[in-house]
Amino acid sequence: MDGVHDMGGMHGMGPVVAEENEPVFHGDWEKRMFAMNNAISALGVRNIDESRYARERMNPAKYLGSSYYEIWLDGLIRILSEKDLISEEELLGAVAPRPVSTPKPALKAEDVDPVMSKGGSYTADTGKAASFRVGDRVRARNIHPSDHTRLPRYTRGHEGIVIADYGIHVFPDASALGKSAPQHLYNVKFASTELWGPDGTEGDYVYIDLWDDYLEALPHAT
Amino acid sequence: MAGNHKHSDPLPETVLRVKSLESLLIEKGLVEAAALDALIDRYENKVGPKNGAKVVARAWVDEEFKERLLKDGSAAIAEFGFSGAQGEELIAVENTDKIHNVVVCTLCSCYPWPVLGLPPVWYKSAPYRSRVVREPRKVLEEFGTKLPAGTEVRVWDSTAETRYLVVPKRPEGTEGLSEDELTQLVSRDSMIGVSEALGPTATKGG
Repeated sequence: MDGVHDMGGMHGMGPVVAEENEPVFHGDWEKRMFAMNNAISALGVRNIDESRYARERMNPAKYLGSSYYEIWLDGLIRILSEKDLISEEELLGAVAPRPVSTPKPALKAEDVDPVMSKGGSYTADTGKAASFRVGDRVRARNIHPSDHTRLPRYTRGHEGIVIADYGIHVFPDASALGKSAPQHLYNVKFASTELWGPDGTEGDYVYIDLWDDYLEALPHAT
Repeated sequence: MAGNHKHSDPLPETVLRVKSLESLLIEKGLVEAAALDALIDRYENKVGPKNGAKVVARAWVDEEFKERLLKDGSAAIAEFGFSGAQGEELIAVENTDKIHNVVVCTLCSCYPWPVLGLPPVWYKSAPYRSRVVREPRKVLEEFGTKLPAGTEVRVWDSTAETRYLVVPKRPEGTEGLSEDELTQLVSRDSMIGVSEALGPTATKGG
Protein backbone atom coordinates (compact mmCIF):
# COMPACT_ATOMS: atom_id res chain seq x y z
CA MET A 1 0.00 0.00 0.00
CA ASP A 2 1.18 3.51 -0.78
CA GLY A 3 1.15 4.49 2.88
CA VAL A 4 3.11 6.90 5.03
CA HIS A 5 5.30 4.03 6.26
CA ASP A 6 6.87 3.93 2.78
CA MET A 7 8.89 7.06 3.42
CA GLY A 8 12.12 6.62 1.47
CA GLY A 9 12.87 9.93 -0.24
CA MET A 10 10.13 12.01 1.42
CA HIS A 11 10.87 15.61 2.33
CA GLY A 12 10.03 17.61 5.41
CA MET A 13 10.70 15.07 8.15
CA GLY A 14 13.37 17.25 9.77
CA PRO A 15 16.87 16.49 11.01
CA VAL A 16 17.98 13.10 12.32
CA VAL A 17 18.40 13.57 16.04
CA ALA A 18 20.33 10.93 17.95
CA GLU A 19 19.93 10.65 21.69
CA GLU A 20 23.21 10.43 23.55
CA ASN A 21 23.65 7.30 25.66
CA GLU A 22 20.22 6.15 24.61
CA PRO A 23 18.87 3.32 26.76
CA VAL A 24 17.62 0.14 25.07
CA PHE A 25 14.10 0.95 26.25
CA HIS A 26 12.46 4.21 27.32
CA GLY A 27 10.27 3.14 30.18
CA ASP A 28 8.61 -0.05 31.23
CA TRP A 29 5.79 0.11 28.70
CA GLU A 30 8.27 -0.15 25.80
CA LYS A 31 9.83 -3.22 27.38
CA ARG A 32 6.48 -4.93 27.78
CA MET A 33 5.40 -3.93 24.28
CA PHE A 34 8.60 -5.28 22.72
CA ALA A 35 8.34 -8.52 24.66
CA MET A 36 4.64 -9.11 23.96
CA ASN A 37 5.13 -8.70 20.24
CA ASN A 38 7.92 -11.28 20.25
CA ALA A 39 6.21 -13.70 22.60
CA ILE A 40 3.11 -13.68 20.39
CA SER A 41 5.25 -14.78 17.43
CA ALA A 42 5.79 -18.13 19.16
CA LEU A 43 2.06 -18.92 18.98
CA GLY A 44 2.08 -19.33 15.20
CA VAL A 45 -0.98 -17.11 14.79
CA ARG A 46 0.48 -14.52 12.44
CA ASN A 47 3.51 -14.22 10.21
CA ILE A 48 5.98 -11.33 9.96
CA ASP A 49 4.30 -9.90 6.86
CA GLU A 50 0.83 -9.89 8.45
CA SER A 51 2.44 -8.19 11.40
CA ARG A 52 3.99 -5.46 9.23
CA TYR A 53 0.83 -5.02 7.19
CA ALA A 54 -1.14 -4.50 10.41
CA ARG A 55 1.24 -1.69 11.45
CA GLU A 56 1.05 -0.07 8.03
CA ARG A 57 -2.71 0.26 8.37
CA MET A 58 -2.43 2.51 11.42
CA ASN A 59 -4.17 5.84 10.87
CA PRO A 60 -1.51 7.73 8.85
CA ALA A 61 -1.61 10.91 10.92
CA LYS A 62 -1.17 8.81 14.05
CA TYR A 63 1.59 6.72 12.45
CA LEU A 64 3.68 9.83 11.80
CA GLY A 65 3.02 11.15 15.30
CA SER A 66 3.85 7.91 17.09
CA SER A 67 7.00 6.37 18.47
CA TYR A 68 7.87 2.96 17.06
CA TYR A 69 6.55 0.98 20.03
CA GLU A 70 3.27 2.90 19.82
CA ILE A 71 3.07 1.68 16.23
CA TRP A 72 3.74 -1.86 17.49
CA LEU A 73 0.96 -1.50 20.05
CA ASP A 74 -1.54 -0.43 17.41
CA GLY A 75 -0.40 -3.17 15.03
CA LEU A 76 -0.45 -5.97 17.58
CA ILE A 77 -3.97 -5.12 18.76
CA ARG A 78 -5.10 -4.84 15.15
CA ILE A 79 -3.73 -8.22 14.03
CA LEU A 80 -4.85 -10.10 17.17
CA SER A 81 -8.34 -8.61 16.76
CA GLU A 82 -8.44 -9.60 13.09
CA LYS A 83 -7.36 -13.10 14.05
CA ASP A 84 -10.24 -13.11 16.53
CA LEU A 85 -7.95 -13.72 19.49
CA ILE A 86 -8.86 -10.55 21.39
CA SER A 87 -11.57 -7.90 21.16
CA GLU A 88 -11.81 -4.23 22.05
CA GLU A 89 -14.52 -5.09 24.59
CA GLU A 90 -12.18 -7.50 26.32
CA LEU A 91 -9.39 -4.92 26.32
CA LEU A 92 -11.68 -2.38 27.93
CA GLY A 93 -12.79 -4.94 30.49
CA ALA A 94 -16.38 -4.65 29.32
CA VAL A 95 -16.69 -8.42 28.87
CA ALA A 96 -14.95 -11.40 30.40
CA PRO A 97 -12.01 -12.75 28.34
CA ARG A 98 -13.18 -15.48 26.01
CA PRO A 99 -11.02 -18.63 25.84
CA VAL A 100 -9.08 -19.08 22.59
CA SER A 101 -6.88 -21.76 21.11
CA THR A 102 -3.68 -21.29 19.12
CA PRO A 103 -1.55 -23.58 16.93
CA LYS A 104 1.28 -23.48 19.46
CA PRO A 105 1.33 -22.86 23.23
CA ALA A 106 2.52 -19.66 24.90
CA LEU A 107 6.28 -19.09 24.98
CA LYS A 108 7.92 -20.22 28.23
CA ALA A 109 10.68 -18.22 29.91
CA GLU A 110 13.15 -21.07 29.57
CA ASP A 111 12.48 -21.25 25.83
CA VAL A 112 13.14 -17.57 25.12
CA ASP A 113 16.86 -17.89 24.42
CA PRO A 114 16.64 -21.04 22.29
CA VAL A 115 13.66 -19.73 20.32
CA MET A 116 15.16 -16.29 19.69
CA SER A 117 18.58 -17.78 18.87
CA LYS A 118 16.95 -20.08 16.34
CA GLY A 119 14.93 -17.36 14.60
CA GLY A 120 12.60 -17.96 11.69
CA SER A 121 12.95 -19.17 8.16
CA TYR A 122 11.95 -17.08 5.18
CA THR A 123 13.32 -19.23 2.41
CA ALA A 124 11.51 -21.91 0.42
CA ASP A 125 12.74 -25.03 -1.35
CA THR A 126 10.57 -24.57 -4.40
CA GLY A 127 8.87 -21.67 -6.09
CA LYS A 128 8.57 -19.66 -9.26
CA ALA A 129 11.57 -20.06 -11.57
CA ALA A 130 14.04 -17.18 -11.55
CA SER A 131 13.29 -14.60 -14.25
CA PHE A 132 16.61 -12.81 -13.77
CA ARG A 133 20.27 -13.52 -13.35
CA VAL A 134 23.08 -11.64 -11.67
CA GLY A 135 24.22 -8.89 -14.02
CA ASP A 136 20.80 -8.42 -15.64
CA ARG A 137 19.50 -4.91 -16.13
CA VAL A 138 16.03 -4.66 -14.67
CA ARG A 139 13.35 -2.10 -13.99
CA ALA A 140 11.31 -1.96 -10.78
CA ARG A 141 7.75 -2.26 -12.01
CA ASN A 142 5.45 0.71 -11.74
CA ILE A 143 2.81 -1.06 -9.69
CA HIS A 144 0.77 0.15 -6.74
CA PRO A 145 -0.55 -2.82 -4.78
CA SER A 146 -3.19 -1.62 -2.33
CA ASP A 147 -2.21 -4.32 0.18
CA HIS A 148 1.18 -5.08 1.68
CA THR A 149 4.28 -4.82 -0.50
CA ARG A 150 8.01 -4.42 0.08
CA LEU A 151 8.59 -2.59 -3.17
CA PRO A 152 9.38 0.95 -2.03
CA ARG A 153 7.69 3.70 -4.01
CA TYR A 154 10.96 5.47 -4.69
CA THR A 155 12.24 2.54 -6.76
CA ARG A 156 9.22 2.11 -9.04
CA GLY A 157 9.86 2.73 -12.69
CA HIS A 158 13.60 2.95 -12.13
CA GLU A 159 16.36 0.87 -13.66
CA GLY A 160 19.00 -1.07 -11.81
CA ILE A 161 21.29 -4.08 -12.03
CA VAL A 162 20.81 -7.42 -10.29
CA ILE A 163 23.91 -7.91 -8.15
CA ALA A 164 22.84 -10.96 -6.14
CA ASP A 165 20.27 -13.76 -6.23
CA TYR A 166 19.45 -14.70 -2.63
CA GLY A 167 17.40 -17.72 -3.69
CA ILE A 168 13.73 -18.57 -3.26
CA HIS A 169 12.01 -16.64 -0.47
CA VAL A 170 8.56 -16.21 0.98
CA PHE A 171 6.82 -13.44 -0.99
CA PRO A 172 5.59 -10.78 1.44
CA ASP A 173 2.75 -9.47 -0.72
CA ALA A 174 1.15 -12.94 -0.68
CA SER A 175 2.21 -13.87 2.82
CA ALA A 176 0.62 -10.74 4.33
CA LEU A 177 -2.71 -12.01 2.97
CA GLY A 178 -2.19 -15.54 4.26
CA LYS A 179 -1.25 -16.80 0.79
CA SER A 180 1.94 -18.27 -0.61
CA ALA A 181 3.89 -17.42 -3.77
CA PRO A 182 7.56 -18.20 -3.10
CA GLN A 183 9.99 -16.71 -5.59
CA HIS A 184 13.54 -15.47 -6.00
CA LEU A 185 14.76 -12.53 -3.98
CA TYR A 186 17.47 -10.39 -5.54
CA ASN A 187 19.60 -7.50 -4.54
CA VAL A 188 19.32 -4.71 -7.09
CA LYS A 189 21.73 -1.80 -7.38
CA PHE A 190 20.27 1.58 -8.38
CA ALA A 191 22.33 4.64 -9.17
CA SER A 192 21.48 7.57 -6.93
CA THR A 193 21.04 9.76 -10.02
CA GLU A 194 18.65 7.18 -11.55
CA LEU A 195 16.43 7.41 -8.47
CA TRP A 196 16.72 11.12 -7.74
CA GLY A 197 17.77 12.64 -11.04
CA PRO A 198 19.94 15.74 -10.69
CA ASP A 199 19.28 15.72 -6.93
CA GLY A 200 21.13 12.42 -6.62
CA THR A 201 24.89 12.08 -6.37
CA GLU A 202 26.92 10.77 -9.26
CA GLY A 203 28.81 7.66 -8.18
CA ASP A 204 26.57 6.84 -5.19
CA TYR A 205 24.20 3.86 -5.17
CA VAL A 206 21.24 2.41 -3.32
CA TYR A 207 21.04 -1.39 -2.96
CA ILE A 208 17.59 -2.83 -2.42
CA ASP A 209 16.29 -6.37 -1.91
CA LEU A 210 13.51 -6.99 -4.42
CA TRP A 211 11.44 -10.05 -5.34
CA ASP A 212 11.05 -11.47 -8.82
CA ASP A 213 7.49 -10.15 -9.27
CA TYR A 214 8.65 -6.59 -8.55
CA LEU A 215 10.96 -6.53 -11.56
CA GLU A 216 10.79 -6.48 -15.33
CA ALA A 217 13.57 -7.23 -17.78
CA LEU A 218 15.44 -4.62 -19.77
CA PRO A 219 17.48 -5.33 -22.88
CA HIS A 220 21.15 -6.01 -22.29
CA ALA A 221 23.51 -3.14 -22.94
CA THR A 222 25.34 -3.62 -26.20
CA MET B 1 18.78 18.89 29.59
CA ALA B 2 20.13 17.84 26.22
CA GLY B 3 19.08 14.46 24.94
CA ASN B 4 15.88 14.54 26.88
CA HIS B 5 13.69 16.38 24.44
CA LYS B 6 13.62 14.04 21.45
CA HIS B 7 11.83 11.07 22.84
CA SER B 8 8.52 12.46 23.96
CA ASP B 9 6.84 10.73 26.85
CA PRO B 10 4.01 8.42 25.92
CA LEU B 11 0.43 9.41 26.55
CA PRO B 12 -0.91 8.00 29.82
CA GLU B 13 -3.49 6.08 27.77
CA THR B 14 -0.70 4.37 25.81
CA VAL B 15 0.87 3.09 29.02
CA LEU B 16 -2.54 1.98 30.27
CA ARG B 17 -3.37 0.24 27.01
CA VAL B 18 -0.09 -1.69 27.06
CA LYS B 19 -0.94 -2.79 30.61
CA SER B 20 -4.47 -3.81 29.61
CA LEU B 21 -3.14 -5.73 26.64
CA GLU B 22 -0.60 -7.58 28.75
CA SER B 23 -3.20 -8.48 31.39
CA LEU B 24 -5.58 -9.71 28.73
CA LEU B 25 -2.95 -11.77 26.89
CA ILE B 26 -1.81 -13.36 30.15
CA GLU B 27 -5.37 -14.12 31.21
CA LYS B 28 -6.02 -15.74 27.84
CA GLY B 29 -2.88 -17.82 28.15
CA LEU B 30 -1.32 -16.24 25.04
CA VAL B 31 1.76 -14.91 26.83
CA GLU B 32 3.48 -15.65 30.13
CA ALA B 33 4.86 -12.81 32.23
CA ALA B 34 8.10 -14.67 32.97
CA ALA B 35 8.74 -15.10 29.25
CA LEU B 36 8.26 -11.36 28.72
CA ASP B 37 10.81 -10.70 31.49
CA ALA B 38 13.24 -13.10 29.82
CA LEU B 39 12.79 -11.42 26.42
CA ILE B 40 13.47 -8.01 27.94
CA ASP B 41 16.52 -9.31 29.79
CA ARG B 42 17.90 -10.89 26.62
CA TYR B 43 17.78 -7.69 24.58
CA GLU B 44 18.57 -5.30 27.42
CA ASN B 45 21.53 -7.23 28.81
CA LYS B 46 22.73 -10.04 26.57
CA VAL B 47 22.31 -9.13 22.91
CA GLY B 48 23.63 -5.75 21.80
CA PRO B 49 26.28 -3.97 19.74
CA LYS B 50 29.06 -5.52 21.81
CA ASN B 51 28.34 -8.68 19.82
CA GLY B 52 28.88 -6.89 16.54
CA ALA B 53 32.03 -5.23 17.86
CA LYS B 54 33.55 -8.65 18.55
CA VAL B 55 32.74 -9.75 15.02
CA VAL B 56 34.25 -6.63 13.45
CA ALA B 57 37.39 -6.70 15.60
CA ARG B 58 37.92 -10.32 14.59
CA ALA B 59 37.50 -9.37 10.94
CA TRP B 60 40.14 -6.65 11.40
CA VAL B 61 42.75 -9.02 12.80
CA ASP B 62 41.91 -12.25 10.98
CA GLU B 63 41.79 -12.02 7.20
CA GLU B 64 40.39 -15.55 6.82
CA PHE B 65 37.57 -14.79 9.23
CA LYS B 66 36.82 -11.59 7.31
CA GLU B 67 36.52 -13.59 4.11
CA ARG B 68 34.12 -16.00 5.78
CA LEU B 69 32.11 -13.08 7.18
CA LEU B 70 31.78 -11.38 3.81
CA LYS B 71 30.89 -14.67 2.14
CA ASP B 72 28.29 -15.90 4.63
CA GLY B 73 27.54 -13.49 7.46
CA SER B 74 25.18 -15.76 9.38
CA ALA B 75 27.64 -18.66 9.42
CA ALA B 76 30.50 -16.38 10.48
CA ILE B 77 28.67 -14.76 13.42
CA ALA B 78 27.55 -18.24 14.51
CA GLU B 79 31.24 -18.89 15.28
CA PHE B 80 30.68 -16.49 18.20
CA GLY B 81 27.35 -18.10 19.13
CA PHE B 82 25.38 -15.18 17.64
CA SER B 83 22.31 -16.18 15.66
CA GLY B 84 18.56 -16.02 15.33
CA ALA B 85 15.69 -13.59 15.07
CA GLN B 86 16.29 -10.64 12.75
CA GLY B 87 19.64 -11.98 11.64
CA GLU B 88 18.72 -15.23 9.94
CA GLU B 89 20.28 -14.03 6.69
CA LEU B 90 23.07 -11.70 7.68
CA ILE B 91 25.11 -9.97 5.03
CA ALA B 92 28.27 -8.11 5.99
CA VAL B 93 29.42 -5.24 3.78
CA GLU B 94 32.92 -3.82 4.10
CA ASN B 95 33.97 -0.19 4.13
CA THR B 96 37.20 0.56 2.31
CA ASP B 97 39.11 3.67 1.25
CA LYS B 98 36.84 3.84 -1.78
CA ILE B 99 33.48 2.55 -0.52
CA HIS B 100 31.31 3.58 2.42
CA ASN B 101 28.24 1.51 3.29
CA VAL B 102 25.25 2.64 5.34
CA VAL B 103 22.13 0.67 6.29
CA VAL B 104 18.48 1.69 6.59
CA CYS B 105 15.01 0.20 6.52
CA THR B 106 12.82 2.78 4.80
CA LEU B 107 9.64 0.68 5.20
CA CYS B 108 9.85 -0.20 8.90
CA SER B 109 12.70 -0.88 11.32
CA CYS B 110 14.62 -3.94 10.09
CA TYR B 111 17.94 -4.20 11.93
CA PRO B 112 20.41 -7.05 12.60
CA TRP B 113 19.45 -7.93 16.18
CA PRO B 114 21.95 -10.76 16.85
CA VAL B 115 24.90 -8.44 16.28
CA LEU B 116 23.53 -4.98 17.11
CA GLY B 117 20.64 -5.62 19.50
CA LEU B 118 17.60 -3.38 19.12
CA PRO B 119 17.76 -0.25 16.97
CA PRO B 120 18.05 3.25 18.43
CA VAL B 121 15.03 5.54 18.09
CA TRP B 122 16.63 7.64 15.35
CA TYR B 123 17.11 4.58 13.13
CA LYS B 124 13.35 3.93 13.21
CA SER B 125 12.45 7.61 12.84
CA ALA B 126 10.90 9.32 9.83
CA PRO B 127 13.86 11.69 9.31
CA TYR B 128 16.41 8.87 8.96
CA ARG B 129 14.18 6.54 6.96
CA SER B 130 13.11 9.26 4.53
CA ARG B 131 16.44 10.98 4.04
CA VAL B 132 19.30 8.52 4.05
CA VAL B 133 18.38 6.95 0.70
CA ARG B 134 18.20 10.35 -0.95
CA GLU B 135 20.94 12.36 0.73
CA PRO B 136 23.17 9.95 2.63
CA ARG B 137 26.15 12.31 2.66
CA LYS B 138 24.15 15.02 4.37
CA VAL B 139 22.78 12.63 6.95
CA LEU B 140 26.26 11.27 7.63
CA GLU B 141 27.57 14.79 8.08
CA GLU B 142 24.98 15.32 10.79
CA PHE B 143 26.60 12.35 12.53
CA GLY B 144 29.98 14.04 12.13
CA THR B 145 31.04 11.83 9.22
CA LYS B 146 32.42 13.76 6.28
CA LEU B 147 33.13 11.56 3.28
CA PRO B 148 35.51 12.56 0.49
CA ALA B 149 33.74 13.27 -2.81
CA GLY B 150 35.58 10.33 -4.39
CA THR B 151 34.21 7.79 -1.92
CA GLU B 152 31.34 5.74 -3.31
CA VAL B 153 28.37 5.68 -0.95
CA ARG B 154 26.30 2.52 -0.88
CA VAL B 155 23.00 2.70 0.95
CA TRP B 156 21.43 -0.69 1.79
CA ASP B 157 17.65 -0.54 2.18
CA SER B 158 16.60 -3.62 4.17
CA THR B 159 13.34 -4.42 2.41
CA ALA B 160 13.52 -8.22 2.90
CA GLU B 161 14.57 -10.58 5.71
CA THR B 162 18.22 -10.09 4.85
CA ARG B 163 19.97 -7.95 7.44
CA TYR B 164 23.05 -5.86 6.77
CA LEU B 165 26.07 -5.29 9.00
CA VAL B 166 28.68 -2.72 8.07
CA VAL B 167 32.30 -3.67 8.72
CA PRO B 168 33.87 -0.25 9.30
CA LYS B 169 37.43 0.52 8.29
CA ARG B 170 40.06 -0.33 10.87
CA PRO B 171 41.30 3.03 12.16
CA GLU B 172 44.89 4.01 11.54
CA GLY B 173 47.36 3.76 14.37
CA THR B 174 45.75 0.63 15.83
CA GLU B 175 48.39 -1.86 14.73
CA GLY B 176 49.56 -2.43 18.30
CA LEU B 177 46.11 -3.03 19.76
CA SER B 178 44.81 -6.45 20.74
CA GLU B 179 41.57 -7.84 19.33
CA ASP B 180 39.93 -7.14 22.67
CA GLU B 181 41.11 -3.52 22.67
CA LEU B 182 39.91 -3.11 19.10
CA THR B 183 36.35 -4.06 20.08
CA GLN B 184 36.19 -0.83 22.08
CA LEU B 185 36.63 1.17 18.88
CA VAL B 186 33.72 -0.48 17.08
CA SER B 187 30.72 1.70 17.87
CA ARG B 188 27.15 0.75 17.09
CA ASP B 189 26.88 3.68 14.70
CA SER B 190 29.96 2.52 12.78
CA MET B 191 28.25 -0.83 12.17
CA ILE B 192 25.12 0.93 10.88
CA GLY B 193 27.43 3.03 8.75
CA VAL B 194 26.59 6.55 9.92
CA SER B 195 29.99 6.88 11.60
CA GLU B 196 33.53 5.59 11.27
CA ALA B 197 35.09 3.42 13.95
CA LEU B 198 36.58 5.38 16.86
CA GLY B 199 40.24 6.36 16.89
CA PRO B 200 42.85 4.48 18.97
CA THR B 201 42.63 6.98 21.84
CA ALA B 202 39.15 5.67 22.57
CA THR B 203 40.44 2.47 24.17
CA LYS B 204 40.47 2.32 27.95
CA GLY B 205 43.51 4.16 29.22
CA GLY B 206 44.50 4.96 25.62
